[in-house]
Amino acid sequence: MIKRIALIAAVLFPLSGFAAGGGPQGAYWEQPNVNLGNEASLQRGAQLFVNYCMACHTAKYHRWMHVSDDLDIPADVVEENLIWTTDESGKKHQVGTLMTNSMTTEYGEDAFGKAPPDLTLTARERGPGWIYNYLRTFYVEESSTTGVNNAVLAGASMPHVMWELQGFQRPVYSEDEHGDKHIESFELVQQGSMSPDEFDRAMNDLVNFMVYLGEPARMDRTAVGGWVLLFLVVFLGFAYVLKKEYWKDIH
Amino acid sequence: MGKVLAWVDDRFPLTKMMREHLTEYYAPKNFNFWYYFGSLALLVLVLQIVTGIFLTMHYQPSAEQAFASVEYIMRDVEWGWLIRYMHSTGASMFFVVVYLHMFRALLYGSYKKPRELIWIFGVLILLVLMGEAFMGYLLPWGQMSYWGAQVIISLFSTIPWIGPELAQWIRGDYVISGATLNRFFALHVIAMPLILLGLVVAHILALHEVGSNNPDGVDIKKHKDENGKPKDGIRFHPYYTVKDLVGVAVFFIVFFTIVFYMPTMGGYFIEPPNFKPADPLSTPAHIAPVWYFTPFYSILRSVPSLYGSAFPGVIAMGLSIVLLFFLPWLDRTDNNPVKSTRYRSIWHKLLLASFVVALFVLGWLGTQPVTDLNQILGQTFTIVYFGFFLGIYLVSRFEKTKPVPERVTH
Repeated sequence: MIKRIALIAAVLFPLSGFAAGGGPQGAYWEQPNVNLGNEASLQRGAQLFVNYCMACHTAKYHRWMHVSDDLDIPADVVEENLIWTTDESGKKHQVGTLMTNSMTTEYGEDAFGKAPPDLTLTARERGPGWIYNYLRTFYVEESSTTGVNNAVLAGASMPHVMWELQGFQRPVYSEDEHGDKHIESFELVQQGSMSPDEFDRAMNDLVNFMVYLGEPARMDRTAVGGWVLLFLVVFLGFAYVLKKEYWKDIH
Repeated sequence: MGKVLAWVDDRFPLTKMMREHLTEYYAPKNFNFWYYFGSLALLVLVLQIVTGIFLTMHYQPSAEQAFASVEYIMRDVEWGWLIRYMHSTGASMFFVVVYLHMFRALLYGSYKKPRELIWIFGVLILLVLMGEAFMGYLLPWGQMSYWGAQVIISLFSTIPWIGPELAQWIRGDYVISGATLNRFFALHVIAMPLILLGLVVAHILALHEVGSNNPDGVDIKKHKDENGKPKDGIRFHPYYTVKDLVGVAVFFIVFFTIVFYMPTMGGYFIEPPNFKPADPLSTPAHIAPVWYFTPFYSILRSVPSLYGSAFPGVIAMGLSIVLLFFLPWLDRTDNNPVKSTRYRSIWHKLLLASFVVALFVLGWLGTQPVTDLNQILGQTFTIVYFGFFLGIYLVSRFEKTKPVPERVTH
C-alpha cells in the first residue's frame, strides 16, 4: 500500500529529475542519512571539510562565525584549528571573515583545467545523495590524468583526495540485457586508514556538514515553524468562533 | 474621536468610502469556498510588497554582487532567510491564489455581462503579475534566473523584422547582463508594482460598481427589501471580513508550512540549478521555467516552427493569454444569459473540465524535457486548450440550460 502511494506520488510529483541533480543512479547508489540535529557529526564534517576540501574549494558565502555559533565550536578553537587564511598584511583571518582559501582562480584553472567550484551551495544544487555517492565512488583508472575516475561524475577532474582514508577501489561491473556494462559495486584493492564502514560514516558526516553549509537557516526554521503554526492553529480557532458568532442569524 | 472623524469627513470622504466599500457594500450571502481567493490575492500582494521592501534593503542589483547578496540575506541578515522564503513562496502562492480566483470566475460566469470590465482588469493584472514574476526571478542571478530570462527574451527576437533589435533593446545588451539585471530590478520594485496596484484598485472599483456575482449567478439586486437593500445581500463588513479572516488563517497555515518545512517545494518554487551563480558560458542541460509559466511554455514548444522561425509558437503562446480578454464575448451572453455552471449544460461542464485537465497536463509537460511522446501530448492538449474557447463560443449558442432560481440557494 505504502509502495503504491509512493508510486502515485512519484507520478504526480515528478521531482526526481531535479532532486537527483540529474546524476546517474547505479546499483552502488546509497542515500546518506542527513541529520542536522547531530552536532557531533556536523563538527566531524566541518573538520573533514576544512582538511580535505578547503585547500582547493571555498565556501565563500558563509562566515566562520556562523560555523562557530551553529555547531557550538568556540571562536578561538575555530580560529586556531579551522582558519588557515590570512589578510594582505599576513595577519590570520578572524571568525568574522568568509570561508575562503588561498588558491587563485588562475592557479585552479592551470592545475585542474577548470577552477574548483565553490561548495557553499552544492548540497542545495545537487542534493546530499549526489555528494555522498560522488565522494564514495572514486575508482582506479590508470588511463586518466588523476589515476582515478568517478562513477557519479565521469571524467571528474578532482583527484581522489581521500585515498588515505578510503584506500583505492576497482569497480565490479554487471551487464544488462543490451550488453551495456554498469557499475554494480566496488572492491577494495588497497586498504585505507579507515574501514569501508568508517569511511561511509565519515562521508556521511561531511555531507551532513555540507547540507548545513547550503542552508544554515535549516537549523532554525523547523523549530520556529512549529511555534508559528501552533499560533496560527489557535488563531484559526478564534477566527472560526468569531465567524460563527457573527453569522448565526444569516440564513 | 467623533470630532476628529467629522473634521476629516468634512475634508475627505473617509466615512463615505468605508460605507461604500465595506460596511454598506452588500455581497450575496451564498459565497462558497471559491470566494476566499479574491481577498487572499490582496493579502499576498501586501505580503509581497512588505517582504520586498525589506529585501531591497540588503539586495544588490549588480551582476557581481546579486547572487552573493541573496546568500548574505540568507545567512547574515537577521531573519533574512524568513523574509526571503516568504517572498519566494509568496510569488508562487500568488499564482496559486490568482489561478483559483480565475477558475471561480469561469465556474460561475463572473466574467459575463455586466462584469466584462472586472474580468478585463483581472486579465491585465495576470499579465502584469507574469511580468513582475519573470523580472523578479532574474534578480537572484542564479543559472536558472539567467537562462530562463535568456530563453524568454529571445522569444521577442523571433518577431519578423524588428525582433532582434527589440530583444536587444529589452536586454540593454547583446546578452543578458548586468544592464538587464539593473533595469529588471527597477521594473520589478517600482514600475510593475505601481501598475499592479492601480489595476487592483480599478478591479475592485469595477466590482463594487456592478456588485458581486455568486455561485448561482443570480442578480441579488432584483429583490430588495423596503430599505432598498438586496434581500440576499449581507454587508461585506463585518460578515465577509470575519469570514475571510478564517480563510486567511487557513491560507497562512498552508503558506507557513511551505516557508518553514519545504521552502523550495521540491524544486518547484526554487529550482536547484538556481543555487549556482549565473554563468553566461555554461548553458544548463535542461531549462525549465517556474511552474506557473509552464502551461504557456508548453504551448510555445508544441507549435512547430515555420521556415526555421519559432514565431508561430510565440504567437500561439501570446494568443493563449490574449483570448482570455475576449471570453466575455466568446461566451455569448445575448443567447445565453445563464452565468453559473450549475445551471448550464453538460457540454459546458465538460469544456470547463477539459480546460482544467489541459492546463495541468501542459503545466507538467513544461517542466519536462521534450521527447516524441511529450511533443504529441503537448500538441494534443494545446488543441484542447484552444478548443475550450472555440467550444464555449459554439456551446453558448446552442446549449440547453436549466432554469435559474429567482433567489440564491444555499
